[in-house]
Amino acid sequence: MSTAHTHGTQARTKASAGKLAIAWALVGVPLAYGIFQTLTRVAALFG
Amino acid sequence: MGWLDRERTIAPPGFNRWLVPPAALAVHLCIGQAYATSVYKTALVEHFGASLTEIGVIFSIAIVMLGLSAAVMGTWVDRNGPRKAMFSSAVFWAGGFLVGSMGIFTQQLWLVYLGYGVVGGIGLGIGYISPVSTLIKWFPDRPGLATGMAIMGFGGGALIASPVSTALLKAYDPNSGAEGWVASGDAVGRLFLTLAVVYLAYMLFGAFTIKVPADGWRPAGFDPAKVKAAKLVTTENVSAKNAVRTPQFWLVWVALFCNVTAGIGILEQAAPMIQDFFRASDGVSAVSAAVAAGFVGLLSIGNMAGRFAWSATSDVTGRKWIYMVYLGVGAVLYTVLALAGSATTVLYVALAFVIISFYGGGFATVPAYLRDLFGTFQVGAIHGRLLTAWSAAGVAGPLIVNAFLDAQGKPGQLDAASYQPALLTMVALLVVGFLANLMVKPVDARFHESRPDRGRAHEPAMEA
Repeated sequence: MSTAHTHGTQARTKASAGKLAIAWALVGVPLAYGIFQTLTRVAALFG
Repeated sequence: MGWLDRERTIAPPGFNRWLVPPAALAVHLCIGQAYATSVYKTALVEHFGASLTEIGVIFSIAIVMLGLSAAVMGTWVDRNGPRKAMFSSAVFWAGGFLVGSMGIFTQQLWLVYLGYGVVGGIGLGIGYISPVSTLIKWFPDRPGLATGMAIMGFGGGALIASPVSTALLKAYDPNSGAEGWVASGDAVGRLFLTLAVVYLAYMLFGAFTIKVPADGWRPAGFDPAKVKAAKLVTTENVSAKNAVRTPQFWLVWVALFCNVTAGIGILEQAAPMIQDFFRASDGVSAVSAAVAAGFVGLLSIGNMAGRFAWSATSDVTGRKWIYMVYLGVGAVLYTVLALAGSATTVLYVALAFVIISFYGGGFATVPAYLRDLFGTFQVGAIHGRLLTAWSAAGVAGPLIVNAFLDAQGKPGQLDAASYQPALLTMVALLVVGFLANLMVKPVDARFHESRPDRGRAHEPAMEA
């Protein structure tokens, strides 16, 4: 029973980590794209 | 709509609180589009045969509606929880784009005012405040960091919307390769439809990801007594109705108003200002239009970075102290900018970058400041009422700068000296804000909600 409990906890942690990664990627990737695009414009300032 | 109710959003044991910031960011990144309207401004001017001012009114209506809806709907947002608020915000924001696109397709500007301005503006206001109090409750140990992450999204939203909108306009307009090309109204209408669909999907992701903590939940190892050790931080609660009766609310309102007005002064004029500052005696500027555009981009980064970095720093320094920096150091930097900013472009750019980071920091820090002063009970509603300072500053900032510049000469003939009266007026405003912030003291106990351990009425139920 203890082993089953440990497996259950591990599965929940993995699911939580997966959800966390997807959630942050959904907002992080567009934001990183926006920052990159802006920085290419900023380059003209130092060019 | 039971699945939207607050009771259905209470987090189960073991819920990872780091899922809440991306949910909040999903909303703020979408509504941050409001600062990327310049992409299609010229296209709308040509499509409607209207003046720049008439098209600019669309954005002005949206910002005024943001302030009004945040103020009016704040209590509703607190009572009904973040999921219902984010869902409503998504419907209004996407609905605003839909109605706006109908206005563009049928060439009726009033429909764009109604759609993007009024309907979308309501979405902006509800969306802006919807995740704030929830974040503060999930991160009682780092409220500045938490609200900084979300409100950073409002600055970051424009960085995404601007290049994406430009690319879509090119894709939707067959004439996009032509010289001197301006997007057609049809392309802008289709852009609005696309944004409506994409923003609705993203905001609904936020709405269905967000959860509120169960009553009595605390992060592991968090000791509220340590938070209380700071002089200005209260463990009491003040209702929104009572908060607006306290001098503290209005002192923070003045501090925010002054900080935002001073920031908008630079932001509104950023591109022409840097060219005017480095204009030679022959009337030609040493700064090209491309370099000026790069400067505007750098300010956007400073605005966004300041929201996160300064707000997170306020968890260590305290909110009152960091506002002293925004307003006090800001006044000094503004003075140097006015008197010596034209010495070198490096100095000018560095000063403007820090000033704009303070502008962003002021927005992101203020929810945590309100939490410190008034507790978590109705902090969302109090924040909503405080955002009227933003609306007022949105009118006052450009008015001050444009009035002074109009008196100095015509665009294209201005130089660094022409800006001194406007910039020194902003310095005076920052000093006023500094003094207001200096006067902030803990809220008087007569405004606190009653607690059962004092033999009075029940403690208010925690709202999120």
